[in-house]
Amino acid sequence: MKNNILHTAESRFLADHGWLKSAQTFSFHDHYDPQRLQFGALRVLNDDIVNGGKGFGRHPHDNMEIISIPLEGTLEHQDSMGNVAVIRPGEIQAMSAGTGIYHTEFNKNADEPVTFLQIWLYPNKLNVTPRYDQRDYGKGDMHNKFLQILSPNADDEGVWINQQAWFHIGNLDAGFETAYQLKDASNGLYVFVIKGDIAVDGQPLSTRDGYGLWPDSEVKITASSYAEVLLMEIPEKW
Amino acid sequence: MVNVNILVLADHQEILETIIRLINKNEEWNGVGVSDYQEAAQAFEKSKFDLVLLGVGVDDETESRILQLCHSNDPGIVCMRHFGGGSGLLYSEIKHALAQH
Repeated sequence: MKNNILHTAESRFLADHGWLKSAQTFSFHDHYDPQRLQFGALRVLNDDIVNGGKGFGRHPHDNMEIISIPLEGTLEHQDSMGNVAVIRPGEIQAMSAGTGIYHTEFNKNADEPVTFLQIWLYPNKLNVTPRYDQRDYGKGDMHNKFLQILSPNADDEGVWINQQAWFHIGNLDAGFETAYQLKDASNGLYVFVIKGDIAVDGQPLSTRDGYGLWPDSEVKITASSYAEVLLMEIPEKW
Repeated sequence: MVNVNILVLADHQEILETIIRLINKNEEWNGVGVSDYQEAAQAFEKSKFDLVLLGVGVDDETESRILQLCHSNDPGIVCMRHFGGGSGLLYSEIKHALAQH
């Protein structure tokens, strides 16, 4: 039986570059911990704050599924495929880097920070043609339910990626109880608490805590305060 | 002082150059970039490598041939896929590979 793993908010790697403050759940850039490399195909979970007007200059990616979810502020994306886009809270961006792309990401606003989650998954296909996708999920019903925002299927809800993964997001009232049923019983579930306090199969979690588990099929989630929660269903192998 | 020689194979020239530049920022590492199997074979004739990273554009057949090439030179060479194109993961991938060496 695979072990569940708790990543408290305080245990994350912290990188402070002045213009960028990044809390990193898994080993990234100069941080290396062999115990914190990945959760299945989930390789990067960075909680980034970028100062007004600043951002990531032109840099490459390949063979990775890259997802950005803004939580506060506005992020501007430009890439070598010719895409120019602005993403805001309530939107999700997915990029299949495949055979290689270059892109920039900047805070669109000069006078306020942008906070966003940067999530990378290993792809289940190498060297695919790069692609970009962006969806608005903000008008979907997330109140006391989990709204699907990512899947492996182009004709399903949310963005799609080259991996057997599903993401859901929900805003739960204090005291609300629900259960998440895995789409694929062989997958694991990585729970990230954007805000608030919850329990996942009895494991208490607070703001910015992460918890990876390998349930048989269903996970019980209970909110002990108002909570915003991201569920990432992730394959162990790919 | 260089004590780790790293061969990187990728068919995207700009990304390959980025990876080599990032590797060579570490004074203990020396990166050599090649874009296909033939160049990799020539590099092995000139130098000894501790680690081989297979980057973008390397298909399964080339990966298999490179593995054979590595193991015929030195069964201890770590040969692994590099993901991400140099951004973010390169350092921990190399550290992890060297820990297994």
